[in-house]
Amino acid sequence: MNYIKYLLVGIFFGIVLVKSEAVSWYRIFEMFKFQSFHMYGIIGSSVISGVLFVAFIKTRGINNLKGEKIKILPKEPGIVRYLLGGTIFGFGWALAGACPGPMYILVGTGIFSMLIVIAAALLGTLVYGLLKDKLPH
Amino acid sequence: MSSNLDTLCSIGGAGKYVNYFKVDWRANRWNLTTVAGAIIGGFIAVQFLSDGSTIDLSKQTVEDLNILGFKNVGESILPSELYSWDAVLSLKGLSILIIAGFLVGFGTRYANGCTSGHAISGLSNLQLPSLIAVIGFFIGGLIMTHLIFPLLFSA
Repeated sequence: MNYIKYLLVGIFFGIVLVKSEAVSWYRIFEMFKFQSFHMYGIIGSSVISGVLFVAFIKTRGINNLKGEKIKILPKEPGIVRYLLGGTIFGFGWALAGACPGPMYILVGTGIFSMLIVIAAALLGTLVYGLLKDKLPH
Repeated sequence: MSSNLDTLCSIGGAGKYVNYFKVDWRANRWNLTTVAGAIIGGFIAVQFLSDGSTIDLSKQTVEDLNILGFKNVGESILPSELYSWDAVLSLKGLSILIIAGFLVGFGTRYANGCTSGHAISGLSNLQLPSLIAVIGFFIGGLIMTHLIFPLLFSA
């Protein structure tokens, strides 16, 4: 029962991403071509509501469901890993037309060939783990 | 959303060989639960909340994709040119999906976050590293879409 909240968040996330068409390869292509406001509207409005909600949590000291203060850890400082890792991610995002969330959601919509992409993403994760100490961060 | 990739590697036993995966994955069961929810959400959205309408892409996008050899643009969520079993069972099609997935998995763990972790949560928390990562996402995405797609696809 403890986990039902995570399940509900996932279900909501899946429905919103399908209905907003953010899971569509075509919409990602359109975004990188700057030919529509659509994806920028989705990401932009979620960032605006996110900024407001995070500010609200921080100024009001809101508790989570366990009654503990919500703490959001800052990202580790750095440039290389974010720029280089981000660029590599961007190549894959544009080509697959899906990032890690939509990959799973799309399996739920019945596109089982996406399982190949997920398996390859796991392989990529594994290789990152192997090379981690040799890569600049 | 991408932390589940680490968790799945840990469950698969990768911690035996690689320190990075030597974590107590039981503490990360929440991210797998969210993944399960996302799959269910995708199912609910297409089974019960869709009327079969097509994706209303910009005219220019449809034209550009026709030039690249994509047909029936926007009539399904994903192009059959990449995700139909016919495409997947060709060497080129299979290679594209494997390379794309590999780059997503490697890149997201290297950058320590994906679209949700950096572009949405990270920017919402005004994190400079997330802004740098999002700039990286766009450098990669723009190069792929504008420079590499014309080499990969043709009508």
